[in-house]
Amino acid sequence: MRSVLFAAWLGAVMVAGQATAANTGEATPQRGGTLTYMIPADAPPSLDLHREATFALVHAIAPFYSVLMRVDPENPSDTTQFVCDLCTLIPKPTDDGKTYTFKIRTDVKFHDGSSLTAADVAASWHEIIFPRQGVLSARANWYSVVDSVDAPDATTVVFKLKFATTSFLPSLADPYATIYPKAILDKDPHWFEQHVMGSGPFKFVAYDIGQDIKGERNPDYYHKGKPYLDGFVGIFAAKQVVRVEAIHSGRAAMEFRGLPPSAINDLKRELGDKVKVQTSDWNCGSLITPNERRKPFDDVRVRKALLLAVDQWNGAPALSKIANIHTVGGIVFPGSPLAATKEELQKMAGFWPDIERSRAEARRLLKEAGQENLHLELLNRNVDQPYKYVGTWMVDQWSKIGVTATQKVEPTGPWFQSMRSGDFDVVVEANCNSVVNPVLDTQKYLPHDVFVENYGGYSDPEEVDIYNKMLRETDFAKQRALMRQYETRIIDIEAREFPMIWWYRQIPERSYVHGWKIGPSHYINQDLSNIWLDQSPNG
Amino acid sequence: MYQYVAKRVLLVIPTLIGAAALVFILMRLIPGDICVVRLGSGGGSFDPRAVTQCHQDLGLDRPLIVQFLDFLWGIFTFNYGISMWSGKPVSMEILTRLPISLEIALLATAIAILIAVPLGTISALKQNTWLDVVVRTLAIGGIATPSFWLGIISILFVLDLTNAITGTPWMPPIDYVPIWQDPIRNLSMAFLPAITVGYRYAAVSMRMTRSAMLEVLREDYIRTARAKGLIEKLVINRHALKNALLPVVTVIGIEFAFLIGGLVVTEQVFNLNGIGRLFVQAVQNQDYTLTQALVMLTVVIFVFSNLIVHLCYAWLDPRIRFA
Repeated sequence: MRSVLFAAWLGAVMVAGQATAANTGEATPQRGGTLTYMIPADAPPSLDLHREATFALVHAIAPFYSVLMRVDPENPSDTTQFVCDLCTLIPKPTDDGKTYTFKIRTDVKFHDGSSLTAADVAASWHEIIFPRQGVLSARANWYSVVDSVDAPDATTVVFKLKFATTSFLPSLADPYATIYPKAILDKDPHWFEQHVMGSGPFKFVAYDIGQDIKGERNPDYYHKGKPYLDGFVGIFAAKQVVRVEAIHSGRAAMEFRGLPPSAINDLKRELGDKVKVQTSDWNCGSLITPNERRKPFDDVRVRKALLLAVDQWNGAPALSKIANIHTVGGIVFPGSPLAATKEELQKMAGFWPDIERSRAEARRLLKEAGQENLHLELLNRNVDQPYKYVGTWMVDQWSKIGVTATQKVEPTGPWFQSMRSGDFDVVVEANCNSVVNPVLDTQKYLPHDVFVENYGGYSDPEEVDIYNKMLRETDFAKQRALMRQYETRIIDIEAREFPMIWWYRQIPERSYVHGWKIGPSHYINQDLSNIWLDQSPNG
Repeated sequence: MYQYVAKRVLLVIPTLIGAAALVFILMRLIPGDICVVRLGSGGGSFDPRAVTQCHQDLGLDRPLIVQFLDFLWGIFTFNYGISMWSGKPVSMEILTRLPISLEIALLATAIAILIAVPLGTISALKQNTWLDVVVRTLAIGGIATPSFWLGIISILFVLDLTNAITGTPWMPPIDYVPIWQDPIRNLSMAFLPAITVGYRYAAVSMRMTRSAMLEVLREDYIRTARAKGLIEKLVINRHALKNALLPVVTVIGIEFAFLIGGLVVTEQVFNLNGIGRLFVQAVQNQDYTLTQALVMLTVVIFVFSNLIVHLCYAWLDPRIRFA
């Protein structure tokens, strides 16, 4: 019965995924032109998407590659809608949800002219999931559920899982999971660190390290009629003022990560109708983590008091005017069906609608714990948006219950080191993910002995047990109930982590740019194949 | 003379070893891990096994002494290794960025000399007049104005000015093209940062020129030159200015060496893909090999700039002899 319900739910998702995008009201796409856009970062490390984790690399080289499946580029905001890129149809799982058989397109060629087959797809996924000795795969642990990947013939790829889970299909839409030619992978798996060879909408032209990357239209692209652009230039610029002024002056048409409200307002004021802004909730949540290895943060009353002091409902609209944060939510991305509703949230500590009652309870708990004059140090990352804004706000919120907090800001390297070594009281961090996949995205809240990038310093077998049940649950309603249980334990019962206001993407684009749709992550929908430029005089 | 130069060049060796040891130790004292920064700075989750593999790939699992000896051997064999961040040869990373930094440094130096020497001299000759006050005000303004602010303001000024004149805002190009490929695009990219840097540079040199000139003008030999009826132009050019330039040349030499790797803020503001920006990235990313090589490069540039400055002394002041 469970598998029938799962199949029905998945089928609904896939039907939606295959559906034609709704009429967006856009004009007919035009061919031609070169898109110049800003990449808000310094040079990425290598050019191998399998081994790196920075968005800068996705923004630079995603247009050169294909993936097995992806978030629907026509509707990336829908967190449950996926479409094929190299596959022909997103399969229904068989074998009680444990086997996924993909058929691969037969009309795909790599940029060197060789044909792409299922063997290339299987070899690439094999390298991602089961990296051989000496090969680094940044996200291999996302696929620990996979038992095997095989290509029984030239058009078929089969994934066999250890158990059925709803988290698997969205994880296949990972934008980092690009398909490389098997022949090159077999010869030298490190080749892609310095070279590009894909089958995507654009062919690689040049890369000036740290400065820019250029691509030209792939005339043999298998999604016929695309891409619309003749080419693109991505310019690396970590400094915000450069990016804003580049868009202002027309040196660049857009950037894809997201600018803070002040920059967006400046551009709107300066450019008027020559600039458009797309906005979306962002699958990146601010997170406050107390260090339970340190006293008094091992006391749930102290942790809960800190959580109860924060007025998220009034903080969010105020902070959204100055920082790239916007929406109040729990541990799950607010746009997901698995996310808590407002009513569900308001039952948990830190989300009560009556802030005075919440803070009164916080003071009571602190008194009970003998910590009425608590002093703490809030570790933060030396990144303005939104880390320092959130940190400063936290210091203010805690002062309302008599807690004195000082903020210690460290550069990224030392900040990581402090977290990993447990050298902090409370830390501002973030949980930032690409494709919305709540079950995988919320691994961050598992104790350190299960998920090493959790820095709370706690152990909680009961929480792990709930998570494991949720991971294996394929019935949506039951999975949602388990997610609430998991969330309630983390936030309301144990106050182990404090999810704060979710980030908000605001993407400026010059008005002559069309076709690109914003999604909830700066990692997705970056192959530029849908973008076209209005080259008419009024464009 | 040749002996002097050879001695100075040989002195570079212990200087380099000292600097190498210092930068090697200091880099490893900074808390953090390049592999964690590389995999985790985006805020997403990553496989912990990837960190271990990354350490192995970069040779960070070897004993420190082995890493240090490897680094030293690299210095003396001109093999600076591979950038831990990009995986590309360090020499390639540096050579890609050097032309733009060198170009800005040369342009800024030319601007600084063209402004500083005449204005500093006039200021000294017209001491305590309104002209002197104007020059001194300009100089103090240059020293007091932070480069990042001046850079941003100059971009905004150009944007607003062009918008007011042509109706379309214009800013300098933000991607580098070598001067031999497209001189106009290259210079339109370089002129604003060169002026921004050159102004501060000129301000320092201007003050130095003025004070050195004032000191020289009070010397007996200047009074003698005037007393024997030499025309003022010759007194200034041949006797005063040449002698006053000794400290100015020192300042120009040190500033030039500093500019090669020190245009950190300017390169960020103008999006110049130069050595200064690379330096910041290397330190932020905890790229040990690249940072070490850049420090070594800076040491070598400073040592040789000083050497050139000292050799200039002999030309400017014939009394100076190198034994």
